[in-house]
Amino acid sequence: MTRSQTARRRRWLKVGVGVAAFVPAALTAFRFVTGGLGANPIAEALNRLGLWTLILLLTTLSCTPLKIVFGWNWPLALRRLLGLCTFAYACLHFTVYLGVDQFFALGEILKDIGKRKFITVGFLAFLILCPLAATSTNKMVKRLGFARWKRLHRLVYVAAVLGVVHFIWRVKADTREPFIYGAVLLVLLGLRLVPALRARRA
Amino acid sequence: MASHLLGPRIPSREITPEGVYLARRQIIGAGVAAAVTAGLGVRRARADAPGLPATKKGPFATDEPQTPFKDVTTYNNFYEFGTDKGDPAANAHTLKTRPWTVSFEGEINKPQTIDIDSLLKLFPLEERICRLRCVEAWSMVIPWVGFPLGPLLKRLEPTSKAKYVAFTTLLAPDQMPGQRRGTLEWPYVEGLRLDEAMHPLTILAVGLYGKALPNQNGAPVRLVVPWKYGYKSIKSVVKLRLVEKQPPTTWNISAPSEYGFYSNVNPDVDHPRWSQARERRIGEFLRRKTLPFNGYAAEVASLYAGMDLRKNY
Repeated sequence: MTRSQTARRRRWLKVGVGVAAFVPAALTAFRFVTGGLGANPIAEALNRLGLWTLILLLTTLSCTPLKIVFGWNWPLALRRLLGLCTFAYACLHFTVYLGVDQFFALGEILKDIGKRKFITVGFLAFLILCPLAATSTNKMVKRLGFARWKRLHRLVYVAAVLGVVHFIWRVKADTREPFIYGAVLLVLLGLRLVPALRARRA
Repeated sequence: MASHLLGPRIPSREITPEGVYLARRQIIGAGVAAAVTAGLGVRRARADAPGLPATKKGPFATDEPQTPFKDVTTYNNFYEFGTDKGDPAANAHTLKTRPWTVSFEGEINKPQTIDIDSLLKLFPLEERICRLRCVEAWSMVIPWVGFPLGPLLKRLEPTSKAKYVAFTTLLAPDQMPGQRRGTLEWPYVEGLRLDEAMHPLTILAVGLYGKALPNQNGAPVRLVVPWKYGYKSIKSVVKLRLVEKQPPTTWNISAPSEYGFYSNVNPDVDHPRWSQARERRIGEFLRRKTLPFNGYAAEVASLYAGMDLRKNY
């Protein structure tokens, strides 16, 4: 395959992934408007957008392990796009909380963030994602220098852990589902240690 | 079974003129038909729902708009059937509500076990339209059908040692899939102080919207304590035991710092997960202010005179 063929394929892959990533948000919006989210649509929309934020974050974090385990290169080409989709969902989730669920009741929101620990960690995770999204362009990589840029973007691991903790602390008693996401995250983080371990053995 | 609590048996056809009785049956039939179109889970849970004897208007009714039947019966916390709000409506069809007995035990002179169909005829059924406030900061207005618990307890003749009432839900993992997992300690248990249980706002509900309780709402009989968070209103009750000491309660066992024994609706005492200052009434967009004792302060605040409600949350 020539270089230009590969580039063309990658471009279509990105378009496909980018479009697919917005299907859940579009479906949630459609169901919200048409009454398909049940008796408490605001809470349901909030939960769905939050869950999709976490799913996309874990998908983003699976690109590197796919390269490590299978030697595939194409997932790496999707990393930035998936990261930005994650940030878009995080923004949607946070906006629905601010503007729909709480209807901009600032006092209540500040109290929530300060006093309710699941909201505190969720908000922290969101804050962490902001500079990562802002420095996602090639220009920013150059400006920061690759080494510094990379160090900064390692914060995504912290955001992912906080995201899972946000979910675990959110549920009342049934922690099975958030712990499944936690286990997936552990595997994805653990696989990153494989090259280092291999190098040490060699 | 329960013979000395029951008066002479009068078939309901002798109380209600047959025309009225049949017309009512037709209305119930129409309700079931509506439920069929509402969804498969609802239909399965309601198809064999028995009718209810005549009901009269009860006291304390709120005139706020009632939460639609569909929302009341598809948005439920009933962890015995799963932890998602839609799980109970989808799964509760496996609950067998006949035969069903409720046993009354402990510090009473007349311990006994009463069959559900006898229990339904023990007292005149009333329509009780009241607010339900969930600890998750949402609320509904539900027209329950039931009878006050107080007169029933009086007939059981509590001894001088009876200070609390302990309630227990059915334990049947074969019918209640949620009980096959250790999400909570099973069976679900709840409790009230005797004076709370005797309060005229406290009822045993056996129906809603004029029909027998759908399984997902706690069929065939459940507690309704409208000034407390919803989890106090224990569902599918099989046992009431009058006791001397404060009984354990399920959510308190699960997370003692979050759920106290009293669990009175209180906008000033926050829950670690939810501010209790405001709530979303199902069907409304903007949150509304939560009222102390869920708006029943005039009726029940005196029960807690002199108590520190921050400590006794």
